[in-house]
Amino acid sequence: MAMEAAEIEKLIKEGIPDAVVEIEDLRGDGDHYAAYVASPSFKGKTRVQQHQMVFDALQGKMGNELHALALQTGVKED
Amino acid sequence: MTNPVFDRIQKEIDNNDVSLFMKGTADMPLCGFSAMVVQVLSQLGVPFSTVNVLEDDDIRQGIKDFTNWPTIPQLYVKGEFIGGCDIVREMYETGELQDFFEEKGLLRAA
Repeated sequence: MAMEAAEIEKLIKEGIPDAVVEIEDLRGDGDHYAAYVASPSFKGKTRVQQHQMVFDALQGKMGNELHALALQTGVKED
Repeated sequence: MTNPVFDRIQKEIDNNDVSLFMKGTADMPLCGFSAMVVQVLSQLGVPFSTVNVLEDDDIRQGIKDFTNWPTIPQLYVKGEFIGGCDIVREMYETGELQDFFEEKGLLRAA
């Protein structure tokens, strides 16, 4: 099972509506992506909390259908 | 009703200043992400203990529920969850990880 980059982006944006999302397919196998997610709602949150928000948006797919997502987050100013 | 798996995890992270839940062992990491964290800790020269989640399915699933974090490896320092591979690498590259270990008295200032 794998995921499409567009589907990952869609889920993240549904979960974090004001997020900017950049996805890079690292190996072209639908299983190894890098993502940069920035959002004003990350402000004041630790990296762990920011990443957890992204994982929640991915509705349990992280670590299952989505084996590897190298994630970087940042605070996007309003 | 306590959770026996959570109790085991809690004991592990209470009894070890730096505890890495990983796939494989420090000498034989069995996943690239786990190997990356082992490499970072070794380069910093921070002593750490490891738990091979591949040898214990209860721990392998339990650790994900324990911190609401869906992947392995997971790094704990003095009982606090620090992050997985991405966060540890990001902190290492920015020098934050070294400072953090020094603050926790686990690394002599360079």
